[in-house]
This record gives sequence, structure tokens and C-alpha cells, in this order.
Amino acid sequence: MTGALFEYALRMGDSCLILGHRVSEWCGHAPAIEEDIALANTALDLIGQTQMWLGLAGEIEGKGRTADNLAYLRDARDFRNLLLVERPNVDFAHTIVREVLFDLWHFHTLGALQASADARVAAIAEKALKEVSYHLQRSADLTIRLGDGTDESHSRMRAALDALWPYAGEMFLEDDIDVALAETGVGPALGTVKPLWEADMRRMLDQATLSWPKSSHVQKGGKTGVHTEALGYVLADMQFLQRAYPGATW
Amino acid sequence: MSKEWPLWEVFIRGQHGLAHRHVGSLHAPDAEMAVHHARDVYTRRNEGVSIWVVQAKDITASAPGDKGPLFEPSNSKVYRHPTFYDIPEDVGHM
Amino acid sequence: MYAQLVKTDGHGVKSLDEMDPQERAFQERIDDNQKIEPKDWMPEGYRKTLIRQISQHAHSEIVGQLPEGNWITRAPTLERKAILLAKVQDEAGHGLYLYCAAETLGVSRDELLAQLHAGKAKYSSIFNYPTLTWADIGAIGWLVDGAAIMNQVPLQRCSFGPYSRAMIRICKEESFHQRQGYDIMMKLSAGTEAQKAMAQDALNRWWWPSLMMFGPSDADSVHSAQSMAWKIKQNTNDELRQKFVDQTVPQAEFIGLTVPDPDLMWNEEKGGHDFGEIDWAEFYEVLKGNGPCNAERMAARVKAWEDGAWVRDGLNAYAEKAAARKTVTQTAAE
Repeated sequence: MTGALFEYALRMGDSCLILGHRVSEWCGHAPAIEEDIALANTALDLIGQTQMWLGLAGEIEGKGRTADNLAYLRDARDFRNLLLVERPNVDFAHTIVREVLFDLWHFHTLGALQASADARVAAIAEKALKEVSYHLQRSADLTIRLGDGTDESHSRMRAALDALWPYAGEMFLEDDIDVALAETGVGPALGTVKPLWEADMRRMLDQATLSWPKSSHVQKGGKTGVHTEALGYVLADMQFLQRAYPGATW
Repeated sequence: MSKEWPLWEVFIRGQHGLAHRHVGSLHAPDAEMAVHHARDVYTRRNEGVSIWVVQAKDITASAPGDKGPLFEPSNSKVYRHPTFYDIPEDVGHM
Repeated sequence: MYAQLVKTDGHGVKSLDEMDPQERAFQERIDDNQKIEPKDWMPEGYRKTLIRQISQHAHSEIVGQLPEGNWITRAPTLERKAILLAKVQDEAGHGLYLYCAAETLGVSRDELLAQLHAGKAKYSSIFNYPTLTWADIGAIGWLVDGAAIMNQVPLQRCSFGPYSRAMIRICKEESFHQRQGYDIMMKLSAGTEAQKAMAQDALNRWWWPSLMMFGPSDADSVHSAQSMAWKIKQNTNDELRQKFVDQTVPQAEFIGLTVPDPDLMWNEEKGGHDFGEIDWAEFYEVLKGNGPCNAERMAARVKAWEDGAWVRDGLNAYAEKAAARKTVTQTAAE
């Protein structure tokens, strides 16, 4: 049980960490100043959530590892984030589609986690949910607008949706850890999140004039630490100082 | 150059229940996005509980040249101010 | 400064007697510390100079995001990452406020950005230097933001209302920027030998470019007098530079770093430091486009703008469609 919750906190924390990292790459490069600021707000929320989840993971593990130790001193095989969030920004369409696929899952997951049997998990979920509700509002709104915007914005959103869709399925793949947590009421049953996600996604894609992608193939591996090549580069960047100057404090 | 997003004026009600106050401007394609942008741009430090946006071109302003006729006449209406009246201190707070 | 070489329109400072009645009334309002608002009459030179100054300032904010943004993904802890991201985000916000202030003078933000992208507009020389190590992030906060604040605090009293109000908001928000930079430097100076060396190296590289931020000596600055008469500039470049040196030297000493100037010396008589000659040839080269990073900075801004065109257009197109749909619904309901 403790082992399962540790793994689960890593999954949540790592997904927030890597997505926050990706979104922060936009700072100074967004399509308009207002968007630049909005993207940074999302990234800041995700960094904050990372600190809470990885802090909890360290606490559960009980070996004195801090959130920073976990973020900066693990190699890619020990990362437990969803593959989806490590996919590169590519363009604004990929960034927004990645965001909305994740936000919608994140929103419903945190909604369920608010009722977690573990008070620490429930408290994190409650705080994060307010932030994520806004992320979702924004990413869903932008998806609808760009899907139903110009021919170019539509085709870019279409391409991004097709490219990222195979990575969405991993969010609903249940393994022993998910089952163990659901049984004790600590985590949500993924089976309950999926229909909510699908119903909302269908409505949103309709409004965005984007059809439901045909592919049903699922790319998986993130939850067990088998990632895409992209993660290694993210970590090389992120962990550089901690690796180059072992033991230094910053 | 493609068309520029229109300019919006942003008004925020602060934490303390005061009236909405003009805080600045921003660009957005429409009113809903202007509200989102206002939230992201102008409430980063917990400044607000409510946002109004209005397109800058929809604001009607008084002409600077009318400043005299518009505002100076009220200068002489000193009797509108409480300090105009001398009430003996013995009367107490009024 | 962020607007360090603003060409002033006007033909030398006129005395009140030489002015026509309108201009004289305008100057008297300024002398009386009244604010000038966008719809008020103003001399064309005042308007043009302000557009130039405010837009240079705005450009500096958004170009200034780049050297620091460079380290957001490499920040060494989660907290440092959040702080740096929040700071660079503030700079985007400050650019936004300033562009809006310029827009009240009858120029659009897109026009100003087009000037920047075409290489026709200036921005502060400082952002054309590279950020090579984490200590550079500390040095920028400490020195560059320190120098900027020195200039921006008096600009809160600028005669033009929208600029003054933008500066008030900016100064309030920037109050943590310099502190976070110094905090990084303190931590490095108290760290390992490698960290101390990193901090000293950053100070060595950023010191002189920071002093250049205040612009050329007033003796060589042809535009200062008119701008000061119009109260869109409150202090001379040399005054502010001196103040900056006097403030910063003890801060460097406090954390055991050495200011890289052999001529630096306390001058009891003037109550300030004497310091060495600035390499103005380097300054003018950087302004001309020959700094270490001019090309990269401009390329990054242009790329962001061009890559973002379909997004801005797509959102416009949706807004128009949505407005049209609303009109149809309303008409149908009537």
C-alpha cells in the first residue's frame, strides 16, 4: 500500500513536473504577449503541484529525499510521468492539444482525489483542482477557437490531435498500483474517469469542428519508466546543474 | 500584416469590496478572451475578485478642452463640503 | 537605460518667451508638475519622443525575457525555477503595460513590433550579452534590475500620465527582482569554490555592460536637456550611474566579490566612488548590432512573431464567426 502510494505520488508529480517544464519553454516565445503570460501561469501552477506531489512521495518513502532530490537526481527510467506530457512543443497547436488532453484527465482525476481516504492526497487535490479548472477552461477554449478558426488553424489542430491521440490512452490504462489504490479508496478507479473524459472530449471536439481521431492505438510505458526519447533531453537540460556540481546548494 | 487584436480596457474589483478600478489595457480577439487575459495579466498577485473589460473604442470621454466649463463651476460650491459649517464642539460628533 | 539613447525631437530647449501660447501653456503645466494625458494638446516633438522612449523601454522588456528565459529550463531547484519563471513573466507583463502606454499616443502595438522586427527600433544594449552560467541569472537580477530600478523609480513622476502610471505598477512588481538576483549571488558566494568562481566571473562580465545601461555621459548626450525640460527624464545619466556604483560596491563587498575595476576608489571629497573609463566603443558597437547576441535575440523575437501569426489570425477568425452567429441568433429572436 505504502509502495503503491509512493509510486502514485511520483506519477502525479512527474507528470506535473515534465508538463510544467515543456510549457515553461514557451516563455518569451509565445504568439502574443498575453499568451506568453498565460502560459507561464500554467507552468507556475504545475511547478507548485510538483513540489506538493514529490514532497509527499519523499515523505512516504521516508529516506529523507526531498522533492528537489526526486526531480533532479533520478534518471529517465525512474520517471513515472505519462508519455503525453514529455512530447515536444512542436507548435502552439501541439502545445494546446497536449494540454487539453491532459487537463481534462487531470481535472476529473483531481475531482475524484478530493475524496481520497488519504488526507494528504485529498488536500493536494483540493488545492490543485482550482488551478487545473482554469487550465482546462483555457485549453478547451483555445482548442474550440483554433479548431473553428481559419483553415490553417484547423489543419494544425487536426494534425496535432492525430499526432498526440495515441498518447492519451495511457491515462486510462489501469495497472496493479491503480487497482490497489482504488481498493483502499486512496485513488480513483480509472474506469470512472474515462467515461467523463470521453463525454467532455466529444462535446469539445464537436464544438471545435474536429472529428474524433480514428486511431485507437495506445502508446504506453511512462507509468513504468519506459519513455520516449524526448524525456532524456528534458532531463539533461533540467538536471544539468545538479549533475555538474554534485552536492552544491543553490 | 494581419489584423491586430483590438484593445480592451480592464477594470478590477480589489479584495476589499471597493468599486472596480481601471488597472490597464490589453489586446484580445473578443470579450471572453479579454477576461481570460485580464485574469492572467492583471491578477498575478492576488489583486482581484472581479473583472470588467470594455473595448477601448467604446469608451466615450469628455473633451480636454471642456475642462473649464465641466469642472470649474463646482469649485465655488463650497457649501457642499462638511467643513463649510462651523458647529460648536459642545454639540459632539456630527 | 532600457531606453538609453532616445533621440529627442525639438530644436534645443526654448525659453517660455520663445514659445507660442499653446506650447507655453503646455510647458507651464509641466513646470507645475501637472500630468499630461493622451487627449491633451502636446507638441509633436513631445509625442514622438515619448513614443520612441516608451517603445524602446517596452522592446527592452520583451527582448530582456530572452537571456534569462534561457535558464528557466535549467534552473537548479524547483523553487529557483518558479522564481525565475515568475520574474521573466513579469517582464512580459511590463512590456505589455508599456506598449499600452505608447498606444495612447496614437501608434499601435503591432506597428511598434514591426519596427522592432525590422531592426528599426532600439532596445537596451544589455540584452545582447549572453547568459553563460547560472550565476549570470543572479548577476542580471542584482545588477541589471538594480540599474533599471534606479532609472524607473524617478520615471514614476514622468509628466505623461499613462507612462507614469505604468511605471508605478512596474516598480511595485519589480521590487522582488533585484532581491532574487542578489539572493542567488549570496548563495553562490557562500557555496563551493566552483560556485564562488562562477559568481565572480558573472560579476566580471556584467559589471561594465551594466554601467553602460545608463547611456552615454551627459556631456555627450544631445537629447537630455529637452527631455528633462519635458520631465520625461528626471535625472542625468551620470547622476544615476554614480548612484548605482555607490549602491552596488558595498553589496559586492558584503558577499566577498570584487568589482572588476582597478580604478575604483572611494572619493571622500565628493562622497562617492571614482571609477574607471567605460569602453564606449563597445557600447556603440552593441547598439549598432554587433554585440555578442544581437542576431540571436532578434531572430528569436521574429520567429516567435511569425510562428504565432496563424494563432492570432485563427483566434480573430473565430471571434468574428462567433460575433456573426450571435447577431444571427439575436435577429432570429426579434
